[in-house]
Amino acid sequence: MRRYSAFAIAREAARYHQGWERAWAAPEPKKKYDVIIVGAGGHGLATAFYLGKNFGITNVAIIEKGWLGGGNTGRNTTIIRSNYLQDPSAAIYEKARSLYETMSQDLNYNVMFSPRGVMMLAQTESEIRGYQRTAHANAYQGVSTEFISPQRVKELCPIMNIDGPRYPVLGALWQPRGGTARHDAVAWGYARACSDMGMDIIQKCEVTGVRSEGGKVVGVDTSKGAIDCNKLAVVVAGHSSDLAQMAGFRLPMESVALQALVSEPIKPCMDVVVMANTVHGYMSQSDKGEMVIGGGTDAFNNYTQRGSFHHIEETVRALVETFPMVSRLKMLRQWGGIVDVTGDRSPIITKTPVQNMFINAGWGTGGFKAIPGSGWAMAELVAKGEPGPLSAEFGMNRFIEGRFIDESVAAGVAH
Amino acid sequence: MSTRLSNTGRLVNRSAVKNFTFNGKKMQGYEGDTLASALLANDQMLVGRSFKYHRPRGIVASGGEEPNALVNMGEGARFEPNQRTTTTELFDGLTCTSQNHWPSLEFDVGVANNYVARFLPAGFYYKTFMAPRAAWKHVFEPIIRQSAGLGKAPKEMDVDRYEHFYAFEDVVVVGGGIAGLQAAKAAADSGAQVMLMEQTTDWGGRAPVDGAVIDGKPADQWIDETVAALEAMENVTLRTRMMGAGVYDHGYITGYERVADHTPGDGRPRHRLWRIRAKQIVTATGAIERPLSFAGNDIPGVMLASAVRDYVVNYGVSIGEKTVVVTNNDDGYRTAIALVEAGLQVPMVVDARSEVEGELPNKARDLGIRVEAGKAIGKVKGGKRVTGVGICLQNGEGGALEEVKCDAVAMAGGWSPVVHLWSHCGGKLIWDETQAHFRPDANRAPTGANGEAFVLTAGIANGDMGTTEALASGDAAGKAAAKAAGHKASRKAAPKADVVAENAMAPVWIMPQNAGPDLRMKMWLDYQNDVKVSDVQLAAREGYESVEHTKRYTTLGMATDQGKLSNINGLAILADSLNAEIPQVGTTTFRPPYTPISMASIAGEARGEIFQPLRKTPMHDWIENNGAHFEPVGHWRRPYAYLQDGETVEEAVKREVKNTRRKLGLLDASTLGKIIVKGPDAGKFMDMMYTNMMSTLKVGKCRYGLMCNENGFLSDDGVVARMDEDTWLCHTTSGGADRIHGWMEEWLQTEWWDWDVYVANVTEQYAQVAVVGPNARKVLEKLGGMDVTKGSLPFMEWAEGQIGGFDTRVFRISFSGELSYEIAVPASQGRAFWDALMEAGEEFGVQPYGTECLHIMRAEKGFIMIGDETDGTIIPQDLGLNWAISKKKEDFLGKRAQERTFMTNPDRWKLVGLETLDGSVLPDGAYAIKEGDNDNGQRNMEGRVTSTYHSPTLGRGIAMGIIHNGPDRMGEVIEFGKVDGTMVKAKIVDQVFFDKNGEKQDV
Repeated sequence: MRRYSAFAIAREAARYHQGWERAWAAPEPKKKYDVIIVGAGGHGLATAFYLGKNFGITNVAIIEKGWLGGGNTGRNTTIIRSNYLQDPSAAIYEKARSLYETMSQDLNYNVMFSPRGVMMLAQTESEIRGYQRTAHANAYQGVSTEFISPQRVKELCPIMNIDGPRYPVLGALWQPRGGTARHDAVAWGYARACSDMGMDIIQKCEVTGVRSEGGKVVGVDTSKGAIDCNKLAVVVAGHSSDLAQMAGFRLPMESVALQALVSEPIKPCMDVVVMANTVHGYMSQSDKGEMVIGGGTDAFNNYTQRGSFHHIEETVRALVETFPMVSRLKMLRQWGGIVDVTGDRSPIITKTPVQNMFINAGWGTGGFKAIPGSGWAMAELVAKGEPGPLSAEFGMNRFIEGRFIDESVAAGVAH
Repeated sequence: MSTRLSNTGRLVNRSAVKNFTFNGKKMQGYEGDTLASALLANDQMLVGRSFKYHRPRGIVASGGEEPNALVNMGEGARFEPNQRTTTTELFDGLTCTSQNHWPSLEFDVGVANNYVARFLPAGFYYKTFMAPRAAWKHVFEPIIRQSAGLGKAPKEMDVDRYEHFYAFEDVVVVGGGIAGLQAAKAAADSGAQVMLMEQTTDWGGRAPVDGAVIDGKPADQWIDETVAALEAMENVTLRTRMMGAGVYDHGYITGYERVADHTPGDGRPRHRLWRIRAKQIVTATGAIERPLSFAGNDIPGVMLASAVRDYVVNYGVSIGEKTVVVTNNDDGYRTAIALVEAGLQVPMVVDARSEVEGELPNKARDLGIRVEAGKAIGKVKGGKRVTGVGICLQNGEGGALEEVKCDAVAMAGGWSPVVHLWSHCGGKLIWDETQAHFRPDANRAPTGANGEAFVLTAGIANGDMGTTEALASGDAAGKAAAKAAGHKASRKAAPKADVVAENAMAPVWIMPQNAGPDLRMKMWLDYQNDVKVSDVQLAAREGYESVEHTKRYTTLGMATDQGKLSNINGLAILADSLNAEIPQVGTTTFRPPYTPISMASIAGEARGEIFQPLRKTPMHDWIENNGAHFEPVGHWRRPYAYLQDGETVEEAVKREVKNTRRKLGLLDASTLGKIIVKGPDAGKFMDMMYTNMMSTLKVGKCRYGLMCNENGFLSDDGVVARMDEDTWLCHTTSGGADRIHGWMEEWLQTEWWDWDVYVANVTEQYAQVAVVGPNARKVLEKLGGMDVTKGSLPFMEWAEGQIGGFDTRVFRISFSGELSYEIAVPASQGRAFWDALMEAGEEFGVQPYGTECLHIMRAEKGFIMIGDETDGTIIPQDLGLNWAISKKKEDFLGKRAQERTFMTNPDRWKLVGLETLDGSVLPDGAYAIKEGDNDNGQRNMEGRVTSTYHSPTLGRGIAMGIIHNGPDRMGEVIEFGKVDGTMVKAKIVDQVFFDKNGEKQDV
């Protein structure tokens, strides 16, 4: 792989940029791989990357039905934070956040991680108590957060109206090293690094069946033919249930559309990420200048990836109320992404009833921020066959045992 | 220069002059002008700067597809960025400024980017700015952010009003061109309820500009007659200034009506968002002309040929004195002809096709226009304004044959149907080789719940390029839509137009065909985002081969026009780079809205005080007028405390607790959920909903009950009263009333639909007052009426009767540990009853108390609070509430879940009381810290605080918490961590801090 740098750009400029090589190869599938990863989204690619980097496993194929990074990795609101309440969540999200800190350098691909700070507004007494609890937990989980005053909120985000007549801002949980990143670049950067390690990223290749012998996975059927493997990792947010069904078991999750929208671009006016759970809305400003706005999930299960209207209405109302300047901006585009949601809204990183088949799913509305941590934990599970500490609590047996990891107390809405 | 002509302009009223300013410069236009046409009439071609390279940008289009001419508009509370001048009606007093430059439009420092553009190709920022690590946040990102963005952020609170309208229609026709008009007419003739919306101010679309003749009449006349006929029909709603914004599932369509954008401050709502449910939708949304890709095609003065024609014919504005027309089709000649007919010069029509014959080219030749076949523009000369073009062979590399002096270039690259609304809800497209465009595939339309198509398409939006064909498809779509909506289609024939024969266009995606990299770096695809032909080719070279990858890597089509001008040209370049066919490459996804709509219109009326519905109890006004410090609870606002003169909130709470414990307190408990469960199977149902046995509760008795979800977690609690043989009244928490009502309905409707149970939420039908304290009975006895003595109405019973002349239901329940009566009266009597209690209570020391006092008193008694002791992860067993879980019942919601291994694990944290050794108040949400770390390096914890208060009664901090093996560790001292890392020591104690034997409440 030829390294990216300002020097490389200057070199290529001299020859009209004709000399850039492919960011990732486009190989035909081999007959067999040590590990097949289904799903070339952020989580799947990160899994592959850490399989190679941490465990030296590079005979890997990453199979993607569409185009890499084309699922939720490419359609989320790019927020990165780790101010979670429960220990297992805080551990994996903070691992992810810390990996984002050096991701551009690790991948030699600028993913534009911008630790501009994330604040979650408290607008009711119970939210104050909830966030104070999170701040206490975070203090002993190695997550740097603090509960800040309304005045500090206003200083950090001057466009906010903290004296709204209905829900004045009473404080906020502030994570100064939370932020955003360029979502597509995360997938592209991992893809480039994986390809460089000799892994095969096979796009436009749909998995149609999971083949197993004697309860042990041996390969997959795809639209490009059968491919054998020793181990199979399924990382296909939104369609995890479908893949599980192919392998003959069920997952405790549902798929719903999560709504999002952006405004037209404007000059910089907001330097932090704000989430307002009481009024249901969150917003940040992209480097391009668009206000990036997240809404809720549709109340019905579906796979359409379409924007629907009732949720964005609720979201935009909340934002006009919280940020009066939003009123005279225009909505440029709205869309939906399919998220798979578990009973406790926490992910599943797990062994399955089929030996050597592993699933990483159920990140619900909060998957982007987890990508590197999720990949790190999944790679360990796949490589060793047993979960490491990061994923130990996220096995799917927890639903049989009743051992939930419920974050609903910390985040009432999509996050 | 661009200027106003004296002899044309069908839409402007020259007798009505409108004054406006651009960058402080005073200008004049006419009624009927768009801001764009008025700017051009004042020779203001340069209107902005591009996103990335800050190149000079001029107006390029005449409608919603305009990527360049966006301005900051208005001032103060009516300021708005990114206003599209081509769709802004001119009005007197309009002020606007150009965007994205510093210090001025003419001299923009940002143009430095342009001089180093070669070093800033697509995606350059992914390859650099990586070192040192901290520089991204502190140096590079701020520079990029400042350079990007377009208009400025509004600063002041919006003073305008917005509203939502709702409509239900048989047929909604989007687009008021001739196809849309005919579709509406055909549908309306069948008797269907029809709405026709047009985004501009005028009906008829392009037909009058193109000189169409319909049924032997000029297009304008046919349009006027058709509109008049539609206006006369009662089953038709006509709306101009209204854009079809988005099509959603089940025939849901939003219409964005710009009611008063052109009359700011006249008192009408500025925008109106129509939310329409249509049985059938006809998209007659027209088409958008494509630019041609030649070097310098972004220099101000280069414009779409159709736009040049629009400005001349509609607004009487010439773009230049000498206009070179460059085309790959016959339609471009219409512009050349219109210009010459308006007295302007067309030095040359540059036609990329090798052979040029036919009605329109020959007419142009007859007018003396020089037509050059097989030629191309090699390069446009000029900086902030076109000064000439270099002509070359289309199939060459760009070697100049000659230079033609001109001050405008009109480019005609063929037409792309507006397929956005068709595509929003899943309609698919097919590639039309002849016209080189995507058009709707009628066989793969968006389908509704019944599997039938609910969107039809008509006119040029369907690829029906000829006037007669457009009218015919409009007619057919109107009839088909009416029929699908249940009406009998009319049998009137479609109108006919005079046919103008056109020869085939030739797809030309790059001009000249074999242009080298130097030229390709100057061929703009996306004018706003500065994406060039070379950028798309670079993306393909680097493996960003999916059209979505190319889009995201280059930002092609991600500007405010969402690729209306650039997408087809861009994906043709991509297809060429990949050696693929265009349909294989496919389009990116079309998302609502069609063009950007105001956020305010989405929010509608809901802002400020009416942002969300405010629920008020009958006592609300009294509470508001008596010093209430409110807190939001759901959509209610409840008094946290009542502040007396000079008091702080803390002082007020302390006073309220003491007064209630010593004398008499009143709580407005009206927000408490009240749900009636009634029917022959109500007892069975109650036993399923609650963990307790409720079916055996005797009439007249009350019982504290717990509700769990199917995972066993405690979700609500409250006192249940048995009203009669088949009726129970369930009290829920204030915040839980609607949720629990929905929960009950869900089970009844989805699981136990055959049970005879009826559930009604009567929360707002009753006002409820908690009369609490040692003097509670005295005040009731003073008011007189029913017997409220212990003998007649013991603890945990209820009775109906009169008190002080009010019809009441009196519940002897207590959440404070005091002698307490919760008294319900009809809501209409609530305020009067409250006043009567306050008056009668005066001699007994009555004072109202708020929610914080309520919380403290319950904590002093060790009563749990949903939301404090519970958080969705707590089972009743954690809270020592085993006594409230029936062991006799076979089943209840949560029973099986509570038998799961983790739920029965003895290591679960359990509820206890906590007292700090120093009497201080434990911090809210603090965790009990244990020695050592877990496998993830986090400190081990052994419990947490769930409720913590200063107890005015005991004069010290009290708390409840859940602690590992807590009930077995009474007296043990453990440590709680503060956020600053220091520790607080607290002793594990019984959770009941006050009146442990419950003597005070049972008197």
